Amino acid sequence: MATAAITAEREHYLNKEYGIRSWLLTTDHKRIALLYLISITFFFFVGGFFALLIRLELLTPAGDLVQADTYNKLFSMHGQVMIFFFLIPSIPAVLGNFLVPLMIGAKDLAFPRINLLSWYLYAIAGVVYLHCIVTGGVDTGWTFYTPFSTAFSNTRVIEAGIAIFIAGFSSILTGLNFVVTIHRMRAPGMTWSRLPLFIWAHYATSIIQLLGTPVLAITLLLVVFERAFNLGIFDPTRGGDPLLFQHLFWFYSHPAVYIMILPAMAVESEVVACFTRKRIFGYNFVAMSSIAIAVFGFLVWAHHMFVAGISLYSALIFSILSYLVAVPSAIKVFNWTATMYKGSISFTTPMLYAFGFIGLFTMGGLTGLFLAALGIDVHVHDTYFVIAHFHYIMVGGAVMGYLGGLHFWWPKISGRMYPEGWGRLAALLVFAGFNLTFFPQFILGYMGMPRRYWQYPPEFQVLNVLSTAGSTVLAVGYVLPMVYFLWSMRYGKIAEDNPWGAAGLEWKTSSPPPTFNFDEAPEVTWEAYNYEEIPAPAEVPGER
Amino acid sequence: MSDSPIAVEQHGPELLHHFADAEQQRDAATLGMWLFLATEVMFFGGMFCAYLIYRYWYYSEFAAGSRSLDIWLGTINTAILICSSLTVAIGVRAAQMGKRKLLVILLLLTIVFGFAFLGIKGVEWYDKYKEHHIPGNSFNVDDLVRDYPQLHIDPRHEQIYFSLYFAMTGLHALHMIIGVGLFVFLTYYAWKGRYTPKYYTPVEMGGLYWHFVDIVWIYLFPLLYLIDRHR
Amino acid sequence: MSEHIMSSKFYYTIWIALLCLTGITVAASFIDLGPFNAVVALVIATVKALLVVLFFMHVKYTSEKLTKIVIVSAIFWLLLLLALSMADYTTRLWI
Repeated sequence: MATAAITAEREHYLNKEYGIRSWLLTTDHKRIALLYLISITFFFFVGGFFALLIRLELLTPAGDLVQADTYNKLFSMHGQVMIFFFLIPSIPAVLGNFLVPLMIGAKDLAFPRINLLSWYLYAIAGVVYLHCIVTGGVDTGWTFYTPFSTAFSNTRVIEAGIAIFIAGFSSILTGLNFVVTIHRMRAPGMTWSRLPLFIWAHYATSIIQLLGTPVLAITLLLVVFERAFNLGIFDPTRGGDPLLFQHLFWFYSHPAVYIMILPAMAVESEVVACFTRKRIFGYNFVAMSSIAIAVFGFLVWAHHMFVAGISLYSALIFSILSYLVAVPSAIKVFNWTATMYKGSISFTTPMLYAFGFIGLFTMGGLTGLFLAALGIDVHVHDTYFVIAHFHYIMVGGAVMGYLGGLHFWWPKISGRMYPEGWGRLAALLVFAGFNLTFFPQFILGYMGMPRRYWQYPPEFQVLNVLSTAGSTVLAVGYVLPMVYFLWSMRYGKIAEDNPWGAAGLEWKTSSPPPTFNFDEAPEVTWEAYNYEEIPAPAEVPGER
Repeated sequence: MSDSPIAVEQHGPELLHHFADAEQQRDAATLGMWLFLATEVMFFGGMFCAYLIYRYWYYSEFAAGSRSLDIWLGTINTAILICSSLTVAIGVRAAQMGKRKLLVILLLLTIVFGFAFLGIKGVEWYDKYKEHHIPGNSFNVDDLVRDYPQLHIDPRHEQIYFSLYFAMTGLHALHMIIGVGLFVFLTYYAWKGRYTPKYYTPVEMGGLYWHFVDIVWIYLFPLLYLIDRHR
Repeated sequence: MSEHIMSSKFYYTIWIALLCLTGITVAASFIDLGPFNAVVALVIATVKALLVVLFFMHVKYTSEKLTKIVIVSAIFWLLLLLALSMADYTTRLWI
């Protein structure tokens, strides 16, 4: 049985240098990916802590755990932490950073120092936001709607705005790095049509980050200025329009949800291909759908404002566009499913997450169509129906994609296998806990329970209790991987170069890879997902 | 551990090791800078959106606010920036041709133009301060109401024009300051002889940034200064 | 970005053109063209911007198509923001 000593003999990116300086001053994209992994995991638990408090409060109809103002802060900060400090960076900053150069055969990203800067901006933003939390928090809702945020809230709006502003630049620079890398640093022979779909999806994500995030940045800046210098841009008493804020805010924040889901779709393509041992069905369609999602995603933002006071005619336009944006996502779901047809399926942990993703993302997406219908939206806007809808996509989709990806590439990242039995258990707990948490919320919302309320009528209690129960199961499901991933770094089975028998350049180098990724510069002469040429592993880890 | 076999022999210290060759590095830098400028278009764009909507709603207040700006200072500033773009363009050319002294002079001239612009901008802002046109508690546009009775302006809406005026020119000025800072570094390294016809990418990238900031002003000037001037 | 080195005389020509256009736009603002004042001002500004982009920033002479795609995309995205936002504001009173 191989021991840790053997890994230590070969030099790779983890053991090349030791010491805190070699980590904090690294320009190696793989180390930066791990820096992100640690920091976003931290914020995941911060956001999760707020969620837990929310669910505890909602166990009973009365507002008896926290005060109303505190509750406002809980849901606001839960949203901001989860979106800006966990979901938006998650897959791109951890898996994207680690894998993009490897997958295209490059030695690093185009701008390694800017990559490190991205992480520092994120870390600084995180520290500022933590300070905001402990000095009073934010109670405006994650959406910072004016004029409450600019003129009436007594909480740390400026600080939160500045923190997210800085985090936004981290996101922009990551996107910039990826686009330049994918255009300029592909290995010889790695044509666009040979790229893994992971790369296509991250390319699309990066386009959104580049074009959308700056608008959020300027919008938050204007809110900060208005609050700090008493300007009147969003102030109705001076002729300002609160809806202008909402237009500018959602112009970014809607495409932001595609920043969050496209990378999970990236993972989905790789995992489904590997554990069905087949090329993804309709490669071109899936690739183009990623681009289409990025473009169409910018055309639908006012569907968040249907009842806010926009004109009926613009509401109609945005409604139709919102239906259209579902099409490329649906194409992807059909293609992943078609890939599985007559495939040789292994039910490994990543594949379990992949199955969960397809089902839950589809439900989330379909309920999005409910919301795109103006008539229905009037009824369910600002209810738990919306909350369930986006959690199905963000948690059932994006987080499961992230976890599936972490498991799939864990051997490559750490050189160790995680314990497959525990992995599958955690995946099932996550799936079960997730559905128990969020399915009741569809019903609650349809029955009329509003969101962002800390009390509710007694007839909603049963469903709320179910939801809270589910959240505890979900929490266990999330803690388990943290425990066994850490365990595996010391006690896990040593991983081979390609334990899954997967296609992709990243599997052609050692686990973990050397600092400059490849011992010899790769030259690509094969198509993506060439599973007919790759033998299945003798024993898929965990299979009986 | 040796460098990867992709490493290039006989390259200067500017070639970073993860690039295959100097051309790839230059192409990467250029694409990176253009993408960054695209993000800047969207960054300023959000304020142009706010401007568009409020000008649509409050044309008379925008007209009055515009006319309270000094058109000649604005025109001179526009000319200054155009001159600075010229010095930048010829500067890049000097770098391309290896003319070190000329490059340094042109970079310095650009910085001078930058400071001149910022100085005049400061004067303009000070004028606004004296006239109580800065939004906030001491905002007062009785003078505009008096001077332009035919416009029937609402003083509350006037604050919106000036909020946008300061936000837009302020953000532009901040970008100018960053640009001047960048050019100070460029001048220093140019003087040290770091830029040659084989490697002058930073000068070129700095130039792209500077031209962009000029273009933003090319739009800001008519939008802020030239509304309703014909009456 | 290209290796094409332009003559400095050409740069001076562009410079003069930019200054003249500035003068024209100021002069035009004193003439009552009704709603077309804004149009004229923006058209002149766009011509100036084009001169800077194409010649000072060398976009006319670059062989790199990607640069032009990036520029067009940025402008298109901005217009998207402006147009779809204005679609709301201009139709609010239509009911």
